[in-house]
Amino acid sequence: MPEATKYLSHLELGEPDKTFLDSNELIINMGPQHPATHGVLRVILKLDGEKVLGTECVIGYLHRGVEKIAENRTYTMFNPYVDRMDYVAAVSNGLGYCEAVEKLLSIQAPPRANYIRVILTELNRLASHMLWLGTHALDIGAITPLFYTFRDREEILKIFEKYCGARLTTHAFRIGGCQYETYEGFEKDVTNFLKFVAPKIDEYEELLTTNRIWVERTRKVGFISAQDCIALGVTGPVLRASGVKWDLRKAQPYANYSEFDFEIPTGQNGDTYDRYLVRMQEMRQSLRIIEQGVGKIPEGPIMAKVPKVIKPPVGEIYHSIEAPKGELGYFIVSDGSTQPYRLRVRPPSFVNLQALDMMVRGQLVADVIAVIGTLDIVLGEVDR
Amino acid sequence: MLDYITSYLTSNVTPGQAGNVLWAFIYILLIFLGLSVAVIAMNWLERKVLAHMQVRLGPMRVGPHGLLQPIADAIKLLIKEDIMPAEADKVVFWAAPLLVVITAFTVFIVVPFGPTHAVTDMNIGILFMLGVSSLSVLGVVMAGWASNSHYPLMGALRSSAQMVSYEIAMGLAVVSAILMTSLGQASTGTLSMIGIVEAQQAQQTWFLFKFFPLGLIACFVFAVAMVAETNRAPFDLPEAESELTAGFHTEYSGFRWSLFFLAEYSAMIAVSSIAVTLWLGGWLRPFPTWLSGDTWDLVFSLFPGFTFLMLAAVTFFNTARMPRHPYFRIQTLGLAGFGALLAVIGIVLFIPPVRDRIQDIFWFSAKVAAFMYLYIWYRGTFPRYRFDQLMKVGWKVLLPIALGVLILTAVVGVF
Repeated sequence: MPEATKYLSHLELGEPDKTFLDSNELIINMGPQHPATHGVLRVILKLDGEKVLGTECVIGYLHRGVEKIAENRTYTMFNPYVDRMDYVAAVSNGLGYCEAVEKLLSIQAPPRANYIRVILTELNRLASHMLWLGTHALDIGAITPLFYTFRDREEILKIFEKYCGARLTTHAFRIGGCQYETYEGFEKDVTNFLKFVAPKIDEYEELLTTNRIWVERTRKVGFISAQDCIALGVTGPVLRASGVKWDLRKAQPYANYSEFDFEIPTGQNGDTYDRYLVRMQEMRQSLRIIEQGVGKIPEGPIMAKVPKVIKPPVGEIYHSIEAPKGELGYFIVSDGSTQPYRLRVRPPSFVNLQALDMMVRGQLVADVIAVIGTLDIVLGEVDR
Repeated sequence: MLDYITSYLTSNVTPGQAGNVLWAFIYILLIFLGLSVAVIAMNWLERKVLAHMQVRLGPMRVGPHGLLQPIADAIKLLIKEDIMPAEADKVVFWAAPLLVVITAFTVFIVVPFGPTHAVTDMNIGILFMLGVSSLSVLGVVMAGWASNSHYPLMGALRSSAQMVSYEIAMGLAVVSAILMTSLGQASTGTLSMIGIVEAQQAQQTWFLFKFFPLGLIACFVFAVAMVAETNRAPFDLPEAESELTAGFHTEYSGFRWSLFFLAEYSAMIAVSSIAVTLWLGGWLRPFPTWLSGDTWDLVFSLFPGFTFLMLAAVTFFNTARMPRHPYFRIQTLGLAGFGALLAVIGIVLFIPPVRDRIQDIFWFSAKVAAFMYLYIWYRGTFPRYRFDQLMKVGWKVLLPIALGVLILTAVVGVF
């Protein structure tokens, strides 16, 4: 038995349609080296011609054992590792981790730190969505949006670089607040960026939203119902596009999101097109949040009083935030020492990827690519 | 010998019709060279134009403004290791790129760059072009099958289905244009490429504007079908990079791959020349009736020279903008030299005998170039169709439109 077939043997897959021709199924490996699998995802496809009978994702090609590393590092030392999970939304990862440990220590970040956190996180959400849009459109064959989104994402990365010296794996926050004070002209930079980017988002929409081919390629593709989303634990824009108004920023407000006024965009159809629209709206909402935040960053300290050696009390905590891709949760078990006894990450990409098989069965090969794109997975986060 | 050559120059037929083997051979060589240059230029232009559409610079390193990039690429491809997969069907794998490239070049035998500027004039010219160019499907299928690999196989299947189905809409659009050659004063129906252009001259209208909007619609159908026929965006499913890695030529590399590349671009030029011949009046200059007379003839015959002078001016402008640094000295000199070459060509094109013989070729090439620009534009703008949607567009949209136009053309023409 070929190796790829073994992976499929436990699945209940359909049989090829033999009505007209005596056709055989075709098993192909998509990945791990493939232009469109966003990293090193390997999807084994069972095909009847171009129709997908079933899929199986083989993951782990980017496994670095982040959770195990956590058990051998102090709480502070582990902080930079989380940036390497979802490397296009490193700020969100850091926020989730820092808040989880803060919750464990029962400390609160000061208001100024919270404002900086929210602004940077929302900028990061924008960056992540821009990267998603570019690569998703590229997968569907529109090559131009990629360059537009990368051009504009660059401006966000410049702000990050000025703030903390790093562009991608930012390590922007510390347990108890932020390490860095905002630099001179931070607010001006952000305001200028907001002015710069608002028309750019319209420009992306102009290229795609009413584009006939784009609509045909995405509408009714990769459908998933709200029930299935909830049953599979799918979160984030994928869940919201299926019509569930669930956003942790509103449902369980963390940081100081409760002080901001924004809406949760939802879709109705749960198809790729709706997910696209939801994300585009989310980008605009992020702009709204940043706009509100940047004007009223209060004065004050940026770090709470945190002990030099972080030794949380014995106990466990689960804290989750709304990362750009969905619910990002950290479950930390503390045994009272300086290192976590166990740290478990609930990555949105990993959970969302489960839905791939359900979304592509019975559709065409080209849709598999579109659905992988619309799930917005980052393999660093799937494998950890 | 000299008489042999000059006897042709004074005649008014193509070398094929005159039975002049020497001139036919020279023409074949010229077309081969011209096509190779056109493919290289198109390669550079596509990368540059696409790059500027996408807010980036494109090739900038090899030569001034990347002008030598296609040549560097060609050399790289030629000296690459020749890889043939162990599991491949050796003979078919070897033959496929040859077949594709031979068909792509053979069609140019009948392309009329001017009333006498074609290798030969066949009375079934257009049929020959469609027939030979559709042979390239065979090469694609052979390549996909011989590679003995999943992605090339799927690419080959897609491309054969696509090319065969779009050929029908394409053929019907062509038929409606051919029908137009017989509908008008003093013209009889013809399939000859030169005859078709002469019919447009006789009827004093490009077929694009004949029976408005029927000619326009037929041309539109052809223009869509020809993009699909050459596997270009948004119909580039056979080589959909994000789905099938590189489609039917995934297993090809080096020189064999470059043959596919050459064939793709010359096929694009070939179908564009069909479109130009059938609807855009081939070598005829714009506004032959509205702006007629000796003065206007003179003005339009100066266009080729002016175009080259303008290109030279652009080149000189960019030479002036080159960074003043010793590192760029050779590049600046090279760019200036290129501009000087263009200027010399431009001046040569003003000399009366050259001017008179070259302007047919110029207008034909300019129209083809416009289509080539469209190809690049499509690629920068459109996402890719899905396979079933592609078939739907081919069979349910383009085919009925082409049929309807054909019938309407016949009806309008007769009454």
